Amino acid sequence: MPDRESERFSPWIGFRTLFYKEVLRFWKVGFQTVAAPVLNAVLFLLIFSHVLDRHVTVYGDISYTTFLVPGLIMMSLLQNAFANSSSSLIQSKITGNIIFVLLPPISYREFFTAYVTASVLRGLMVGVGVWLVAAPFVDLPMAYPLWVLMFAVLGGAILGSFGVIAGIWADKFDQLSAFQNFLIMPLTMLSGVFYSIHSLPGLWQSISHVNPFFFMIDGFRYGFFGQSDVSPWLSLAVVGACFVLLSALTLSMLARGYKLRN
Amino acid sequence: MTPAIRIDSVTKHYGAFQALAGVSLEVAQGEFFGLLGPNGAGKTTLISSLAGLTRPSSGTLEVMGHDVVTDYRRARMKFGVVPQELVFDPFFSVRELLRIQSGYFGIARNEEWIDEVLDNLDLLPKANANMRTLSGGMKRRVLVAQALVHRPPVIVLDEPTAGVDVELRQGLWQFIRKLNRDGHTIVLTTHYLEEAETLCGRIAMLKAGKIVALDSTRALLKQFASHSLRVRVTDADAALAVGGVIEDGSWVTFGFDAYADVEQLLARLREAGAGVEEIQIGEPDLERVFVEVMNRA
Repeated sequence: MPDRESERFSPWIGFRTLFYKEVLRFWKVGFQTVAAPVLNAVLFLLIFSHVLDRHVTVYGDISYTTFLVPGLIMMSLLQNAFANSSSSLIQSKITGNIIFVLLPPISYREFFTAYVTASVLRGLMVGVGVWLVAAPFVDLPMAYPLWVLMFAVLGGAILGSFGVIAGIWADKFDQLSAFQNFLIMPLTMLSGVFYSIHSLPGLWQSISHVNPFFFMIDGFRYGFFGQSDVSPWLSLAVVGACFVLLSALTLSMLARGYKLRN
Repeated sequence: MTPAIRIDSVTKHYGAFQALAGVSLEVAQGEFFGLLGPNGAGKTTLISSLAGLTRPSSGTLEVMGHDVVTDYRRARMKFGVVPQELVFDPFFSVRELLRIQSGYFGIARNEEWIDEVLDNLDLLPKANANMRTLSGGMKRRVLVAQALVHRPPVIVLDEPTAGVDVELRQGLWQFIRKLNRDGHTIVLTTHYLEEAETLCGRIAMLKAGKIVALDSTRALLKQFASHSLRVRVTDADAALAVGGVIEDGSWVTFGFDAYADVEQLLARLREAGAGVEEIQIGEPDLERVFVEVMNRA
C-alpha cells in the first residue's frame, strides 16, 4: 500500500522540525543575525559610556555604564526577536516557499510556537552575546537571575509574536521596515534603555508608562540591580498581559489563515 | 472503496469573482486523472482547496475519506502537491530540504526513502548542493521530491513539465507512471494536451470554475473528435463543394467517423473534378476535443 507511511503523524516532530528550520535559517547567516547586532550594541556601549560614565550615576551609586548594559542587552534581544520571525515570514511569502510550511499537517498552534520559540532563541543568543562582550569591562551584578530570565523570555516571545503578525500582514519589505523603523525602534529607544525615567520631566514619565517596552526593560533591569523605576510586579503584569494579548491576536490570525490561506 | 478524492459542490469567491462555481468530482484510488482547462479556469484554486492552501466558500473536499478542513492532518498526510511555481528555500541544500520536509510530516528518519526518491529523479549528485545553484529543471525535480517525501497515496502535479527539457520530462513521466503502477493516485494539470492524452485514463475539463466535460480519455476522444482526412487536390475549389476546409493552397481537410467513409469521400472528390495527389489520415486528438469542448461550453 502506498500510504503506509502516511497513517502516522507526530505533531511533536512537525513542531520540532519547523523550530529547527527557523534556527538553522538564522544560524546559517549568523554574522548578520547574531554577530552584527552584538557589535551594534557594543558600539552604543562604548560611545555612551565614554561620554556619560563620569557624569551620571543611577539608583544611587551605580555607574552609568553598568546601568546601560542590561538595557542594551534587552534592546538587542527584543529587536532581534522581532526581526527573526518577521523577516523569515516575509521572505517565505515573497519567494513563495511558505507553501512548504502550509502544505504539511502542522497546526496553527505548532506554527506559532515554532516561530516564536526560534525568535526567543535568537534574541537570547544576541542578548548573551552582548553580555559576554561587555562582561570583561563592566562589573554587572545579578540580584535575581530568575527575573532576568523571565523578562528575557517573555520580552522575546512578545516581539517574536509581534514579528509573526508583521510578517503575515506585510506584503513587501518596505512595509516591514516601517514596522521596524517607526514602531519598534522608537519604542525601544524611548523605553529607558539609556536613562532612568526618574530623570525625565513629569509629562514624559507619564508617556513612558504607556510604552510596554519600558516595563520589559525596567523589569529586566530589576533582575540585575534589585532596583527599578516601577514595581517589578507591575512590570511583570504588564509584560504578561502584553504576551497574552499578542499571542491571542497572532493565534487568531493564524487560525483564520489571514493572508496565508485565502 | 473510498475515493482518493471527493469534491462536493465546491464554490470559491474572491469578492465578486467566482473562481469555482459548484464543482463536484470523484477520483478513484489508483487513477491517473487529468484536470484540464484554460488559464483562469479554476484548476489551481481547486488544487489549492484540496491542499488546504485555499478555503472554499462552500462545499466539501475529502482526500482518502478525510475532510480537508475538519480532518486536515490525516488529509494532508495523504496528499502531495507539486506546485506550479518554481519555489524554493535558498538557505538549504537539496538533502536538508527533504529532511526538513519529512520532519514537517512527522517523519524523523527518512533517509532511505529520500535516497530512493533522489535516485529516481537523478538528483543524487546534487543532494548536497544549495538550491540556488541548481538549474530550473533540477529545481523542478526537487519540487517533485518534496511532494513525495511522506509517500502520499494521492499526488497532484500542477503543470509539472512547464519549462522542462525533453529528457527530464521523459524521466519524470517514467517515475510518475511507476508511482501510479505502485498504487498512487495521480492528478495532473497540464497545458501539454498530448501528455494528458497519453497518461490520463480519465479527464475533467474546467471552464470558468465549472466542469464542462468529465469522462474517460477514450470516451472523450470518441465523443468529440473525429478522424481527419487531409488531401492535396488538383482543384481546391472543386473539393470545397464536397464539404472540406481549405488549409493552405491545395490541401483540403475533411472529418470522418469510420474508415469506411474515406472511400465515399474520395469518390465524391473524383466526381467533383478534384483529382487527389496525396492523402494523410489524422487520428483524433485531445487538442481537438479540448477546443471543441471549450467552444461548446
